[in-house]
Amino acid sequence: MEFLSDIASLINSTLRISTPLVFAAMAGIFAERSGVIDFSLEGKMLMAAFVAAVGSYYLGNPWLGLLLAIIVCVCLSMLHGFASVTHKGDQVVSCVAINILIIGLTTALAAAWFGQAGLTPTLNEDQRFLEIHLPFSDALRDIPVIGTLYSDILSGHYIFVYLAYLSVPLVFWIVFKTSFGLRLRAVGENPSAVDTAGINVFTMRYKALAINGVLIAFAGAHLSTAVNANFFREMSAGRGYLALAAMIFGKWHPKTALIACLLFGFTDALQIRLQGVELPAIGEIPVQLIQAIPYVLTVVLLAGFVGKAIAPNAIGQPYIKER
Amino acid sequence: MVSPILELTDINKSFGHVQANKNINLKINKGTIHGIIGENGAGKSTLMSIVFGLYQANSGSIKINGKEINLRSPRDSIINGIGMVHQHFMLVENFTVLENIILGFEGETVFGEKLQKAKEDLEKLCQTYNFNIDLDATISDLSVGFRQRVEILKSLYRGAEILILDEPTGVLTPQEVDELFKILRSLKDEGKTIVLITHKLIEIMDLTSEVSVMRQGEMVGHTKTEDTSKEQLAEMMVGRSVLLRVDKKEIKKGETIFKVNNLSVKDDLDVTRVKDVNLEICSGEILGIAGVTGNGQTELLEALSGIRKVESGSIELFGEKISDQNNFLNPRMLKEKGLAHVPEDRQRMGLISDFKAHENLIFGYHDQEPYSKSAILNNKEITEYSNKVMQEYDVRPNSPNLITSNFSGGNQQKIILSRELNENPKVLLVGQPTRGVDIGAIEFIHQRLIDMRDKGAAILLASVELDEILSLSDRIIVMFDGKIVGEKENKNVTDRELGLLMAGVA
Repeated sequence: MEFLSDIASLINSTLRISTPLVFAAMAGIFAERSGVIDFSLEGKMLMAAFVAAVGSYYLGNPWLGLLLAIIVCVCLSMLHGFASVTHKGDQVVSCVAINILIIGLTTALAAAWFGQAGLTPTLNEDQRFLEIHLPFSDALRDIPVIGTLYSDILSGHYIFVYLAYLSVPLVFWIVFKTSFGLRLRAVGENPSAVDTAGINVFTMRYKALAINGVLIAFAGAHLSTAVNANFFREMSAGRGYLALAAMIFGKWHPKTALIACLLFGFTDALQIRLQGVELPAIGEIPVQLIQAIPYVLTVVLLAGFVGKAIAPNAIGQPYIKER
Repeated sequence: MVSPILELTDINKSFGHVQANKNINLKINKGTIHGIIGENGAGKSTLMSIVFGLYQANSGSIKINGKEINLRSPRDSIINGIGMVHQHFMLVENFTVLENIILGFEGETVFGEKLQKAKEDLEKLCQTYNFNIDLDATISDLSVGFRQRVEILKSLYRGAEILILDEPTGVLTPQEVDELFKILRSLKDEGKTIVLITHKLIEIMDLTSEVSVMRQGEMVGHTKTEDTSKEQLAEMMVGRSVLLRVDKKEIKKGETIFKVNNLSVKDDLDVTRVKDVNLEICSGEILGIAGVTGNGQTELLEALSGIRKVESGSIELFGEKISDQNNFLNPRMLKEKGLAHVPEDRQRMGLISDFKAHENLIFGYHDQEPYSKSAILNNKEITEYSNKVMQEYDVRPNSPNLITSNFSGGNQQKIILSRELNENPKVLLVGQPTRGVDIGAIEFIHQRLIDMRDKGAAILLASVELDEILSLSDRIIVMFDGKIVGEKENKNVTDRELGLLMAGVA
């Protein structure tokens, strides 16, 4: 029985840990399917976390914090678009610039406003999102299997966890079942074909980036106003890059990207769980080794097991119509 | 008097300092096939891209059916009944035929009813024109000929009355060209207007009823096709009289110096592209490789020139094995053994476009005397040499310090040719020597290749231009799907015969 609850709590934390990855990977899918590389998921997630925490602190409502985070992230996406779509700059350089800017900006602003470099005040219960307990979860807890599944795994998450997993079928539907999705995929594969079909390539890419900004804001808000109650320095901790890897691993497809995110989330949950645990025959594994698991897995999977990831054909190339 | 369906008045267009179109006037009559001929870079495609709304003219007016219209984007043109089949197809390769055709004209936000309706309409259109296209096929699985039909179907579905085709035959076999021309004639009979952009005189003579000639961004003449001749058109295109035939002496065949045994080669995606190829070339001989693009010619040339690994089989030069699956000589070692290579893709492999002409002229020999001494370039020597060789090869402008990308395609090709021919190679591998090269330069390049042959070099010439193969080669092999499917002495062989082999039919 203890074993079962161990598994349940492992799955529970996998779902929670994967949440920002899922949002970021979905955000990445929109940008990259339209042909724009988005390395700046990391920076935008960090910025969203900061803005959500600060907004929520001053406005007293986490939803307003989230709204502010969305606005700021869309602006950052537009900045990326302005540099790399309108002015045809190098997309990677633009992303790196955004990432570096935001690491410095969040630290400096926190220092200026709250007197502590890279730290915002702790949010009280009204200022943050709380765990949602699904109806009857307490009553059903003792029923075997169903109780575990419903009460221990499905119930008790932050709103973002549910939204993240709901966003996956939504993204799939938009990308593959609507005319917007058709144009989105086309513009990342062959922008000339889109242009000659009478659709503005630049507008399409800006639209894709706007959606990208909205989605990544959720990931940041989840970090600072749900699982944590404040913003701290570099709290995104590479999740943006990890999500990008998951998206590539998932071949720019929402379903497979979700699986990749869950896999990364699972290894992370596992490493937390394994810390300090005595394994039979081996003994205690050094923490550092366990913490490296998700990253080693990323490299191994990307390098060998998934086969060649075929990117959208026109990714990274600014659209130049005239010679 | 018929009123023109399309009328252009005083169209001007420049890209930076280059004026691509100067005061162009053009009238195209309804229900005709109108040819626009000119050399590469004459401004034909630019002009038609303006008509299609892809580029905006700096000045001038466009009238359709006598009404002046303002074309801000291709959407405006499509709505006004203009369709265009571009030289490089505007298709998304991993989309289906249906998805490509409805792109931009879906008619609904979420796919449903309209998609079904579009499918039914398209099936009817396919039947009407006998297109035989599977709407659910993925573009990347279709042959080039079929992709072109998809493009035509796309334009028709979007309601095109004027159909512009930009160099439509460049990638087709002669049989596919026949099919295309049949389609175009039947479209004309239905009252559609066709504009055919080409640099091939024979197509103008075959298909069009009227022709306009462009040279260096200007319209230099309009005429009825029946009132003109190939020679006259060529002269208008180039601005001087041109020799359309290559003069070639009788072959003086020497001994076999280059030999390929059971060669197989894979491409970057690990697909076998050259399958069990055997060939021999004698000194004093030009062996032509005919074939539609993408049938293994590229990989074959790359393997022979030491750029690509040999999967199995071997290559011999002067009876000495130079490459097999275990070891191979790199291009530099091959060069020392007397093998030179003019690559197919001159922008990517033949030149460094951002380098100055004189740097490209000696590249590969830059570390040898007299161009350098103890690892230091001898600029004086290089400049002197460059001046001399650029004059000899008629590279225009004759300025060794100009960045290579500023030269026209033909002059870039001359730069490569001069570099590769300068060392008097024993074996010369040449890929697409005149792709994107103007007629005047073609004449020159062909003559140089013939001279090399007469001097006793063994030349392997791969080209998708059948005319080029037929006029230069002594012997012709045809590649299809990586295999050699036919070999002919170049005597009384016709392009039809080769075309059947190229299509893998015979």
